[in-house]
Amino acid sequence: MARVVVDVMLKPEILDPQGQAVHRALPRLGFDGVVDVRQGKRFEVELEGEADEAALARVREMAEKLLANTVIEEYRVRVED
Amino acid sequence: MPARIGVVTFPGTQDDADALRAVRIAGAEPVSLWHRDADLHGVDAIVLPGGFSYGDYLRCGAIARFSPVMESVIAAAHEGMPVLGICNGFQVLCESHLLPGALIRNDGMLFVNRDVRLSVESADTAWTSGYKVGQEILIPIKNGEGKFTADERTLDELEATGRIVARYLDNPNGSARAIAGVANAAGNVVGLMPHPEHAVDELTGPYPGPATDGLAFFTSVLQRLIDSELVTA
Repeated sequence: MARVVVDVMLKPEILDPQGQAVHRALPRLGFDGVVDVRQGKRFEVELEGEADEAALARVREMAEKLLANTVIEEYRVRVED
Repeated sequence: MPARIGVVTFPGTQDDADALRAVRIAGAEPVSLWHRDADLHGVDAIVLPGGFSYGDYLRCGAIARFSPVMESVIAAAHEGMPVLGICNGFQVLCESHLLPGALIRNDGMLFVNRDVRLSVESADTAWTSGYKVGQEILIPIKNGEGKFTADERTLDELEATGRIVARYLDNPNGSARAIAGVANAAGNVVGLMPHPEHAVDELTGPYPGPATDGLAFFTSVLQRLIDSELVTA
């Protein structure tokens, strides 16, 4: 078994209303000095076998097809130790 | 024989009954289509109605895009069949890459639910030929993720090629360039965030009116179907 993590974030040029809402809430709670907040998604994909190159290629395909909308989002795939 | 217009129901769809009713009021034969059935049952045009398909889990419209019926809808759209996506249907069309851009959370994170004034920007699509360019119409809106977004190059291209179908006069959700609806290059596929199917009769349309400003979306496509039949006949 291997766990592969896919992090999905809105592209930097896309405004992130969720992140902005969180950013605005932080000073009210006393958390000063925060310049920006962006919110994303994390997928933990459990694989049957090893996380070899072929398996990672499949995960990248999953990310392209379903996990991320590449019109507005970027994704990163990594194996979790 | 009246034109047959299909309305797709996904799990979580809410506005299929209103869309079927709008099709009937416009004078076409409404046909219910089911998300797990890839057969389009001989319809001449398709409406993807509003709601929360598959619960909008992951992203709005992302899972609906891979339903059996959508594989057929995408193929038919590429062949020129008129397809109108309303609200969640618009999101499904963007996720299907039949339309450019994407719909994200509204500015201010608020769910917007009210009648909005739109300016019709294109009368060259299958669904808007019954309007005049620049015509102001009143249509209800109800969405939390209705903010249209795309990169600047895509937006410029949409402007230059006349593919912006409608703009908000009072941008309620922060959409890029106040875009409320867009079309594909061929003009047969249209996505719209506001709900024309909720503005098709005096009893249930916006009050105070005008109450029936949405009806021309559905009569436009009928005219298009009649015209194309005359061409092929």
